[in-house]
Parts: sequence; structure tokens; C-alpha cells
Amino acid sequence: MNIRLNGTEQSVADGASVSTLVTQLTGRSIGPDGRAADGRKLGVAVARNAEVVPRSQWHATALADGDDVELVTAVQGG
Amino acid sequence: MNETTFAGTPAVPMTGAVADSFVVDGVRLGSRLIMGTGGAPSLDGLGAALVASGTELTTVAMRRYSPAETGSLFQLLEDHRIRVLPNTAGCFTAKDAVLTAELAREALETDWVKLEVIADEHTLLPDAVELVDATEQLVARGFKVFAYTNDDPVLALRLENLGATAVMPLGAPIGTGLGILNPHNIELIVSRASVPVVLDAGIGTASDAALAMELGCDAVLLATAVTRAQNPVLMGEAFKHAVIAGRLAKAAGRIPRREHALASSAMEGRAEFL
Repeated sequence: MNIRLNGTEQSVADGASVSTLVTQLTGRSIGPDGRAADGRKLGVAVARNAEVVPRSQWHATALADGDDVELVTAVQGG
Repeated sequence: MNETTFAGTPAVPMTGAVADSFVVDGVRLGSRLIMGTGGAPSLDGLGAALVASGTELTTVAMRRYSPAETGSLFQLLEDHRIRVLPNTAGCFTAKDAVLTAELAREALETDWVKLEVIADEHTLLPDAVELVDATEQLVARGFKVFAYTNDDPVLALRLENLGATAVMPLGAPIGTGLGILNPHNIELIVSRASVPVVLDAGIGTASDAALAMELGCDAVLLATAVTRAQNPVLMGEAFKHAVIAGRLAKAAGRIPRREHALASSAMEGRAEFL
């Protein structure tokens, strides 16, 4: 299936969860609680179709074809 | 004097009324300088400037994650144990600002947010209507709102009454370095506020920050003035001292302004030259 990730079309495995997507992008292993397995903070957040998906829900939230996903982090800014 | 010796100058001893630290939302910060991270050409340089400024709170923006760019700022702030204040820079509507704040809370695990809802890219001035709307929504959602606002005493009080944790009037438009264009309004805002007032935006150099503190502000927020200075580390340190100096001067109480000269040396007992 295809989703839109940060404004770009991307194909992901059918039934992939938000957690899978975050792992793919950040290269960090993520536990069922949505926290990095290495214990360090991840510093990212996910919005799916303009609604925030809390990290506690990443594991249980399956992506659907056509979803619009934004994955953000902190960057320099005043 | 080279930079190394300058940076090694011992901290100004703080006594009496000014030994107080900046308390906001029950959190005690050791510095009244809040330094933004915007505008720095490199992360290394930014880290050094942040350390030199003595800041304990810094702003960040929320943007799309890019695997190529992760160095990362988040890690830098964690390493230096600097508390983070995410902003909603780039938002033009209350709706976008609320969603951005929600993302920031989720990503950075803080309910503090510097609420910035701008009207247009040319002036970068706050849009009062959207700002009020967003403040109301964010307070209802449990955020601690640091509201970036125009230097308007009426609006500042409105934001406080809506539950803002701090009001942050601009000195001048973002990035202009024009200093404090309406000191009278800043004084008025301070005199009526029961929440911390942070002078935000427009600061050009150290004396602007000192003036903000002399006007009674609780803290100063700036980024460009340091990050785009020719020597950001030195400028960071200059601001550290400027904020302290302004705070001390405010506590000390300045002399009244007079129209005519007033001699400080007594006229009696002068030697007479025949």
C-alpha cells in the first residue's frame, strides 16, 4: 500500500504499524510502549491524517492505504 | 584580552534582591536569558554559544524528520542539560499552532510551548486573533503557554487572563535587531502583569537586553543576536552579563531624570585662587 510520508509518496508493507514506520526511518528499535529500546529519548512525534498518534498507540495503530503521515522532530529555531 | 580569558571571567556575585532566580511554572532557572537555537550555521558553534550564554532554557522548532540531518540538536540539548521550549514558528492559524504544539509535547515530553502565530512572512508579527484563539485552546488542553505577542498592553493582559503561563512581548519584529521600539509599552505590560514577562524578539545587542531588564522584564529571549553575531560565543557571554546587569540596575533603582545639571561635588570648601 502507499502512504504519504512528510509530503512524499511512499510504499509500506500492508498492515504496517506506525511503530514499524518510525523504526524504519530512525533506525532505532522501539518497544511496545513507543519508547526506544536503547533507553534514550527518541525526540520524534507522529501525526496521522492531521491527528497526533501518541507514542503509546504507535504499536497498535495500523497504517491504511492513502494515509497522510507527518513525522517531526526538533530543529533549530527561535 | 583574548576570548579565552574573557570567557574565564568569574560569574558576577549575586546578592540581595537579585540573588533570585527566574521561576516559571514552578521551575527555577538559573539564568534570566532564554536563548533560541535559530540561525546558527553549525551545531558545534551553537553548543558553544549556548554554554557561553549561561542559558538554561532554549527554544526549538518542530520540522519534518530527515534521516540525513540527524546529528542532532535534540541530543546536543540533552548533553548540555538545557531545558527545551518548543515553538510553533511558521504557524499562521490557531489550528496549525495547536497541532504543532501537540506534536512537540509528544516528541519532547514537555507541556511548555512558545506559542507563535504569525500574520504574514513579511512582518512575522503575531496575529492577535489567532493568538488569542490558540492560547484558549492550548490552555484547555493542559499546555503551559508562553505567548509571543505584540507589545500591546491590552492583548498581553488578555493572554494572561486566558491562562498564559508567561507573556512574551516583542521588542521589535523577529530578526531585525532594532531593539526595544516601544519601551513605554513594555513597562506598561510589566506593571500590569501577574505572570512572568519575557522580552522576546528584536534584540540586537547586549544593551537592548539590559534595557529590557531595567524596564522590569523577568527574562529576555533572543536567538539571532547571538547566533548571527560575528562571534556568537563572545556575544552569548555578553548577553549573560547584560541580563544580570539590567536586573541589578532595576533592583538598585535608577536616579530620576532631570532637566538640568546637578553637581555631585559640594561647592563649599573650594580652594580660592586669587
